[in-house]
Amino acid sequence: MPSLGSDMESAVLAEWLVQPGDTVTRGDVIAVVETQKGAIEIEVYESGTVTELTARVGTELPVGAPLAVIAAEREDAAEPEGKSQAPAAETPVAKAPEAPPMGGLPPGGLPPGGIAASPAARVRAQALGVDLAALTGSGPGGAVVLADVEAAAPAPAPEPEKPRRRGLDLDEMRKAIANAMSRANREIPHFHLSQTFDLTPAADFLTAHNAGKPPAERLLMAALYLRAAVGAARAVPELNGWYEDGFRPSDTVNIGLAVALRGGGLVAPALIGAEAMDLAQIMAGMRDLVSRARAGRLRNSEMTQGTLTVSALGETGPEAMAGVIFPPQVALLGIGAPQLRPWVVDGQVIPRQVLTVTLAADHRVADGRIAAGFLTEFISLVSAPERL
Amino acid sequence: MTPTEIRTTYLEELVAIAPDLDADTVGDNDHIQTDLALDSMDVLNLVTALHDRLGVNIPEGDYPQIATVALAVDYLGRMIALKSKG
Repeated sequence: MPSLGSDMESAVLAEWLVQPGDTVTRGDVIAVVETQKGAIEIEVYESGTVTELTARVGTELPVGAPLAVIAAEREDAAEPEGKSQAPAAETPVAKAPEAPPMGGLPPGGLPPGGIAASPAARVRAQALGVDLAALTGSGPGGAVVLADVEAAAPAPAPEPEKPRRRGLDLDEMRKAIANAMSRANREIPHFHLSQTFDLTPAADFLTAHNAGKPPAERLLMAALYLRAAVGAARAVPELNGWYEDGFRPSDTVNIGLAVALRGGGLVAPALIGAEAMDLAQIMAGMRDLVSRARAGRLRNSEMTQGTLTVSALGETGPEAMAGVIFPPQVALLGIGAPQLRPWVVDGQVIPRQVLTVTLAADHRVADGRIAAGFLTEFISLVSAPERL
Repeated sequence: MTPTEIRTTYLEELVAIAPDLDADTVGDNDHIQTDLALDSMDVLNLVTALHDRLGVNIPEGDYPQIATVALAVDYLGRMIALKSKG
């Protein structure tokens, strides 16, 4: 069970999309799990043949629990110990090896010479004959907790299945948001920089672009925002990546998009590889992401691999938003709703649609100069949209 | 196409975009953005769906004319009639 966010402790396996014997390729969607943030499609991180589905549909599994066993395509030559009992290099899937280890170890890591585990987990592990070292902890700081041990124990008898959670539980989602944002405010020394600028060139560009186009080919202002944020992230790589034990910049720009769900709640899936997309592709990707977010069909990579998030308030409403960064990212661009304001153009005060953008940045990786560079690049791109 | 058929089509597409809405309780004068909380992406999806279903290409400047059921039935009826006249 991969971690799908810093706030996630467990999820319920809702559906298997593969059977033993199936061949899978890295990136294939193999299962659907129900999380606090709705249903998420799980992609496999290994290629090979499914030999066993160890997790049963309907069961709640802690982060790190094995879901299935996959026989790799070739022997893993790097295996340090001879595993005579293993017929081939078998890898528990969906452990999210390259996703940022959200909810992972705090700076400082494991206590010296020991395994972080709760006392109850140690007692239970001994009673069940479970090796603590083999477990991935889901507790604070990655500590092994009781639930991890019980999930790893060989099931003595089929337990009565928990009632399967269906659809989106808004109370659960609120808890997930609260956990992630509490962590962000606890760990990230935020600072905010704002700037207001004339949105007229972008609005004119959009009107001209959309005139005469069928609806399917029209652009939304949000696509311009995303494309410009991608450009700014390329120009200022210090703000594009993840903070774990230090900052790790990302080669790609997986631009996160905060999506409000009807009825309440918020998810911020990422458009993976957005640096290679033009405006039309960004628009198509955003349309797809928003529709799947609302239908509860996001993928785990989209939930975990965002490198910088954009949150826009829409067409009407408040003029500015100083946001909270999604850990382990280090920046979030908050975009207010455009406002009609008196504005000075060529020495004259005239009414203009203006936009206020506010960058939240992590003081562990950046200072005002770097953040200002990001805003300047963003505004220059939105103000000259033909360059996008 | 009758006003009733246009109304049904419009409501079907509206509810497809916002499944929490009940077609029976959407008022004729409920504004899709201020009352029913559709965002700009939802509106674009609605316009796209109406284009596919009815063959009416609603330009951006005309979005206010489909902002309620009552407005949309009137506007779409006129546009369909115009189209059939060629």
